[in-house]
Amino acid sequence: MADATAPYRIKGATGDWEVVIGLEVHAQVTSNAKLFSGAATAFGAEPNSQVSLIDAAMPGMLPVPNRECIRQAVRTGMAIDAEINRWSRFDRKNYFYADLPQGYQISQLYHPLVGEGSIEIEDGEAVKTIGVERIHVEQDAGKLMHDQHPTRSYVDLNRSGVALMEIVSRPDMRSPSEAGAYLRKLRAILRYVGSCDGNMEEGSMRADVNVSVRKPGDELGTRTETKNVNSVRFVMAAIEHEANRQVELLESGGTIVQETRLFNADTGTTRSMRSKEDAHDYRYFPDPDLLPLELDDAFLEECRASLPELPDAKRKRYEAAGVTPYNAGVLTAEVETARWFDALLEAGAAPVAASNWVTGELFGALNRVGKDITDSPVTPGQAAELLALVADGTLSGSLAKQVFEVMLETGDAPGKIVEERGLKQTSDTGAIEAVIAEVLAKNPAQLEQYRGGKVALFGFFVGQTMKAMGGKANPGVVNELLKKALG
Amino acid sequence: MTDLTDLGIREIRDGVREGTFSAREVATAFNAAVAGAKPLNAFLVETPDHALAAADAADAARAAGETLKPLAGVPIGMKDLFCTKGVASTAASHILEGFTPQYESTVSQNLWDAGAGMLGKLNMDQFAMGSSNETSAFGNVISPWRRNDGGNAALAPGGSSGGSSAAVAARLCPGATGTDTGGSIRQPAAFTGISGIKPTYGRCSRWGTIAFASSLDQAGPMARDVRDCAIMLEAMSGFDAKDATSLDLPVPRWEQGLNASLAGKRVGIPREYRVDNMPEEIEALWQQGIAWVKDAGAEIVEVSLPHTKYALPAYYIIAPAEASSNLARYDGVRYGQRNLPDGANLQAMYAATRAAGFGEEVKRRILIGTYVLSAGFYDAYFTQASKVRTLIARDFEHAWDKCDVLLTPTAPSAAFALGEKSADPLAMYLNDVFTVPSSLAGLPAMSVPGGLDRAGLPLGLQVIGKALDEQGVLNAALAIEERAGFVARPQAWW
Repeated sequence: MADATAPYRIKGATGDWEVVIGLEVHAQVTSNAKLFSGAATAFGAEPNSQVSLIDAAMPGMLPVPNRECIRQAVRTGMAIDAEINRWSRFDRKNYFYADLPQGYQISQLYHPLVGEGSIEIEDGEAVKTIGVERIHVEQDAGKLMHDQHPTRSYVDLNRSGVALMEIVSRPDMRSPSEAGAYLRKLRAILRYVGSCDGNMEEGSMRADVNVSVRKPGDELGTRTETKNVNSVRFVMAAIEHEANRQVELLESGGTIVQETRLFNADTGTTRSMRSKEDAHDYRYFPDPDLLPLELDDAFLEECRASLPELPDAKRKRYEAAGVTPYNAGVLTAEVETARWFDALLEAGAAPVAASNWVTGELFGALNRVGKDITDSPVTPGQAAELLALVADGTLSGSLAKQVFEVMLETGDAPGKIVEERGLKQTSDTGAIEAVIAEVLAKNPAQLEQYRGGKVALFGFFVGQTMKAMGGKANPGVVNELLKKALG
Repeated sequence: MTDLTDLGIREIRDGVREGTFSAREVATAFNAAVAGAKPLNAFLVETPDHALAAADAADAARAAGETLKPLAGVPIGMKDLFCTKGVASTAASHILEGFTPQYESTVSQNLWDAGAGMLGKLNMDQFAMGSSNETSAFGNVISPWRRNDGGNAALAPGGSSGGSSAAVAARLCPGATGTDTGGSIRQPAAFTGISGIKPTYGRCSRWGTIAFASSLDQAGPMARDVRDCAIMLEAMSGFDAKDATSLDLPVPRWEQGLNASLAGKRVGIPREYRVDNMPEEIEALWQQGIAWVKDAGAEIVEVSLPHTKYALPAYYIIAPAEASSNLARYDGVRYGQRNLPDGANLQAMYAATRAAGFGEEVKRRILIGTYVLSAGFYDAYFTQASKVRTLIARDFEHAWDKCDVLLTPTAPSAAFALGEKSADPLAMYLNDVFTVPSSLAGLPAMSVPGGLDRAGLPLGLQVIGKALDEQGVLNAALAIEERAGFVARPQAWW
């Protein structure tokens, strides 16, 4: 296996090739209304049931910016430490298509809302900072449906005018796994901030993938852009395929054409959609229906104040409390997990024990029952109670597991379960001593061996004692008393 | 009893309030005038029932002793650029034939809310592109005016609000809405001997008004005199949250603020408006106008607007650029005309629909606009024109250091004959030479009749004011109106 720290290279006939990757991520802004109209944005609604006169581009209709969409994009920019442009402007991108009623998309070419920022990613052991060039807001288009009628196409304008953030990275990624790590991290940040639900299956997040290859140290090669790739796995597959295709093409004497390509998820390959020669001339110009967007201090302050603790900061806090870096990473990867864990800590659980329990017991159980943490049958409050019973010696580790199983089934509180089923651990030395005496009497051979120097048999006596006590004995007390009894 | 159609907005409003006549009598008289003026082709749609319903509401309110609304009992004409709920709205283009909006433009709604009724939808240059009304897809309007040479040459009513100007001049309505992008209220008002004001950009909401060039389009009233314009503008104006460029300011009481004394005011005369080949009569009228405002107490100052000569070229880049994008929505997919040749794909449907639906002038401007925005030309044309626009606005700012309003001719000539300029687009575009600069700067500007030329045709004077100072513009125009004593009217031949 290759050294994990070695850079990712495509092995070509002429030597190693480096892959250069940039991503343009389109993220649907979480908002009840569209970017420039009051129409609703719910996913999966009946076709054309969420369309205002503006979205259908009726004569004389005018766009009015939705403050909430702007606010969400600004908060996202702040979350990646980006420059927020107090003055930005909307431009029209002109082209004809049946899913674009206005004949233009309102976007921001010349003066985007958010400027330079960055995102820190982890790829295996390596930590790397990926530059974000800009974030701008723009309208989504409608959807064409070609499968409803043998000879006709239908248009669904529900998505028409929905607000998107286009998050444009620098060409700073060098491998499919770095691109995957960037996307996962970006998705986590968006979900923490609450500016995008990150649901790639529903199209809330999709990526245009820019790939080029070069010999290490050379100038940037010609890039291709693979459009609308809608999962982390597909993005990685598209890069892998596209980089290898480019290397093969270059090594066989061909040249890369700057073009737009499409990814086929079934075959894991890309194919040409259109080349630069027949690219549209979008005739961008400032939208005369809209005034420049000017953000004042109060607005920016509110945006900043409303930001939650972000994954990197949260992770550092957990680590500072003694949680292992691995566990801290797992607990902060998804905002729902982090929220659940924070609630658990707030309910009084000790960080280290809680982190081990969540990543071990809880994740295992959720996995078994096929549930997300958001619909966990056990609440953080109940879990904190369970962990407290372990901490104060009421439950042993194995008893705690039993109690947890019952909690999963019944949804009852751990205290109630312990009470009702008598699962309480005993630290009653008299009772334990009596059982130990019994165990020693029943196993004279082992006792002799132990006393003859085979101290590894200590565990055997512990096991026998625990078994005889139905698992309810406090293991610490058992250990102590056994040592005494065994001399 | 006087002929009710001879009355203006104020007289009708006051007469209805005082019970001198009923609103229904007024509406009936104007409905009859409209129905009897088909040869003018001023109306694309007649809506007598709308006018009667508003009139009956006014009469009922009066009978019930209620306070009457500002325009109660006043029937008006509505330029076909305004979308009117349930009434066909086409912008005088085939591409919108058959389109009936399910919504009411803010400006028309404001007028209905003020008690006005609608006599019908007025013909215009297609998509407001034109200065003679000859680009209408439904036949041009013919001016009610004729030269006094005994000939019967059909004259242009001006444009693009030519249906509005002809209808008001011919006494088919006491007032009408117009829209002005580069002079489309002021030039037709000048050609037909009526008054018209384009307010500050943003005073009247653009919501529901079919767009030509968004950064320039502004609605305004066209009426018999300055006071009637003030009354009607008050009703049309106001902040509208549905238009992001709407001015969030209270509407001044312009009628109440009318004052024909210009004592203490300085009237600027821009030297760059003295263009080559300007007819002597236009120059003479201008001098006369200067004498009138002086008589009203104003001090005359010469000012310079050095970038004036670049205004027309800049306008004919910016307006077509915006239009080329604004008109992209007329694609045959959702409303209006669709041409779907056998076996046509989407692109072919677009091409066929737009080729058949748009008129020649509209196509010309879409092509110009597409060209000036295209890659490689954008900076040389659009960016440069935008810079010129800034310089022109700055010219005006500097002028306001020296004066309160500017006085110029409205148009470089009196009404020309239909067909006279339609073969030469550039000659047609030159008609806007005095009106375009203030449009580019978004300033309020008004045309008021000044007199007749030798052929007996009206000539107009233009007053341009500071942003938001419609009152200053109206007052200077009122001072001119009082002194000009313009009473000429076209003799009915239709």
